[in-house]
Amino acid sequence: MATPKAGRKADTKTAEKYRQYLRQMLLIRRFEEKAGEAYSLGQIGGFCHLYIGQEAVAVGCLSQLRAGDAITATYREHGHALARGIPARAVMAELFGKATGCSGGKGGSMHIFDASLGFLGGHGIVGGHIPLTTGMGFAFKYRQTDQVAVCFFGEAAINNGAFHEALNMAGIWKLPCIFICENNRYGMGTALDRATATWNISERATSYDMSREVVDGQDLGEVMAAMDRAVIRARRPSAPTLLEIRTYRFVGHSMSDPIHGHYRTKEEVEAHRKRDPITLWAERLKGDGLLDEEALERMDEEVKAEVQDAYDFADQSPDPEPEMLWKDVYAPVGEGR
Amino acid sequence: MPVLTYRDALNQALREEMARDKDVFLMGEEVGVYQGAYKVSRGLLEEFGPNRIVDTPITELGFAGVGVGAAMVGLRPVIEFMTWNFALLAIDQIINAAAKMRYMSGGQVGVPIVFRGPAGAALQLAAQHSQCFEAMYAHIPGLKVVMPATPADAKGLLKSAIRDDDPIVFMEGEMLYNTKGEVPEGEHLVPIGKAEIKRAGDHVTLLCYSKTVSLCLKAAELLAADGIEAEVVDLRTIRPLDLEAIFTSVSKTHRAVMAEEGWAFAGAGAQVVDEIQKTIFDELDAPVLRVTGADVPMPYNKHLEKAAKVSPEKIVAAARRVLYLE
Repeated sequence: MATPKAGRKADTKTAEKYRQYLRQMLLIRRFEEKAGEAYSLGQIGGFCHLYIGQEAVAVGCLSQLRAGDAITATYREHGHALARGIPARAVMAELFGKATGCSGGKGGSMHIFDASLGFLGGHGIVGGHIPLTTGMGFAFKYRQTDQVAVCFFGEAAINNGAFHEALNMAGIWKLPCIFICENNRYGMGTALDRATATWNISERATSYDMSREVVDGQDLGEVMAAMDRAVIRARRPSAPTLLEIRTYRFVGHSMSDPIHGHYRTKEEVEAHRKRDPITLWAERLKGDGLLDEEALERMDEEVKAEVQDAYDFADQSPDPEPEMLWKDVYAPVGEGR
Repeated sequence: MPVLTYRDALNQALREEMARDKDVFLMGEEVGVYQGAYKVSRGLLEEFGPNRIVDTPITELGFAGVGVGAAMVGLRPVIEFMTWNFALLAIDQIINAAAKMRYMSGGQVGVPIVFRGPAGAALQLAAQHSQCFEAMYAHIPGLKVVMPATPADAKGLLKSAIRDDDPIVFMEGEMLYNTKGEVPEGEHLVPIGKAEIKRAGDHVTLLCYSKTVSLCLKAAELLAADGIEAEVVDLRTIRPLDLEAIFTSVSKTHRAVMAEEGWAFAGAGAQVVDEIQKTIFDELDAPVLRVTGADVPMPYNKHLEKAAKVSPEKIVAAARRVLYLE
C-alpha cells in the first residue's frame, strides 16, 4: 500500500480505508479513556496499562495484515486487540472479568485472546512472547504457508535474553516474523538511555542478519508504509524484520502511575502531546480533502456511542460460573491425536 | 518380543510418531547432525530431514519458546533439553507460557508440546548436572510430568505424550539409557496417569518412579531373602498421580516406603505421603517413610556421591523400619 502524499487524490476506496483507520485510532482512544474511568470506579481490577498516544502503531501495522496471520502483544494490548477487529464489547467485558469477555474473564486486561482472529495473547512477562511469535513464524514456514507472525513489544524488552535468542533464530532460519519494537522511551519509569547501552535499537537487527527500519510512530502513513515493506519481505520468500517504531505514551505506565512526575516532566509530556497521532492523521485527511470537521465530529460521536455500548455490555454481563474456576487447566479428556 | 535399550525405545517412539503425524518435529541442541547428545535421536535427521529434526543454538529459553509458539498454532513439537538441568534457563516458557496458555485464553489456545531430556544424577557430574526437578514442574497446574522407568514404558509413554494435547514434562532417567528390556513393536501406548505394579507382594509397598524403580526391585529381592514380600508400585506419572493404584496397594500391605532421587524437602514423594495419610489413614500400620537424595548439592567425589544417592540398602532399611523389624 502506498502512503498518501499530501495533495495527491486518493480513490474512493482508499479514502474510505483511510477514514476507517482514523476511526480505529479514535475507537482505541475513547475505549482507553473509558477503561481508565472504569478502573477508577473499581469496575476493572488488577493492572491496567493504557495505550493512549501510541494508537498509530497498532492501527498502522495491523492494517497491513490478512486473516490467518498471527499477532502477539504485551500487557498494553487493548489497542492491538481492537485494531485486529476484536469487538469492543468483548475486550471491555474481558477487562471487567466477565464471562462474555474474549478470554472468558480468565485473562483480564493483560491476557486478551481471540484465536479466531489470530490474536494470540497479551502476555505479561516482558520479552517472553518474542520466542512464542518466532515459533509461530517457524510453524508457518514449516507448513509452507504465506502467513506472517507479528510481535509487538516495548523497547524495554530488547535487553532481555528472550529478544536476542528469538531474533537470532528468526535470522538463522529466515522466518516470516515481524518484530515491532514500540519505543515509547520508557520501560515503566526507566528511560531508554538509562537501560540500554546503545540507543539505536534497530541496529540490533544487524546482529541477526535481519532487515530493519526506524519509523515515526506518530505518523500513521509512515507506519503503514514500513509495515507494508516488512510484510512483503515476510510473506515471500520469508525473511524477518525488526521495526523500531518511535512513539510516546501520553499517560502513566499503568493506572497507578501519574502522567508525569519522577521520571519525566510535564513539559516533556506536553511537547509530545503536540504530535498526537490522531490529530496528525485527521489533519492529513482534511488537507487532502478526504474529511471535514463535521465528519470528524460525527465519527467521534459514533465511536463514543460504541464505547458506551461496550461499557454497558461489560457492566451488565454475568461473571463466569463458579465451576469455570476448574475448566481449561488441561485439555478435555479424550482429545488429542 | 524385541529387546531394546531405553534409548532405542525412545528413538523408536519418536520415529513412529513422526511417521504417523507430519506436524510432529524434534528441536533441540545437537539433535540432528550430532545425532543427539545421548543418541536418542540417532538416524532421525537422515530419515526426516532438517525441517523436522532441527538443531538449535544453545538458547534453551529461546527454543523452548519457539516450540510453545509453534504448538499454539497447531504443530506438535518435541523439544529436547540436553539435560533438564539446562531447562532452568527455559523455565519461564514452560511455566508462564506453556502451562498457562489454555487457562488464560479461556480455553482457546492449547499447547500440545513435549519437553523431554535426561534427568536425575548420573555419575560424578557434580552439582549442576545431577538434579531432580520433577517436584518443581509437578507443582504447576497445566503441566503433566511423566517419568518412565523401563524401555517399554519409555516408548509407550513418549508416544502417548506426543499425542496428548497438553504440555508434558517428560523426564528420562540419565542412568537408564543403556538399560534393556522387552519393548512391544508398533502401536504400544501407555496411558499417562496410570501406575503399574512392577512386582507384587503383601507385606510392604515400595512406591517409586524412574531410576528408583530398579532400586526398589533390588530392595525387594533383598527383602525376599528375609521372607518379606514387597510390592513395587511404579508411579510412571507424577502429575496426574494415580491415587487409586497407590491406595489399593497400601490398603493391602498397610505399610509404605516412598523412594525418590530428588531432595526430601517439598519433594514429589511428600505429595504422595500426604495423599495417603489424608485418604487411607486408617489403613496404615506404620508411618510412611521416604527415602530421598541427601539434602545437599551433589558432590563430585564418588564416595560422597554414593552417600548422597538413594540405594537398595537404604530402601531395605526403611522397609524394615515400617515393618518394625529395626
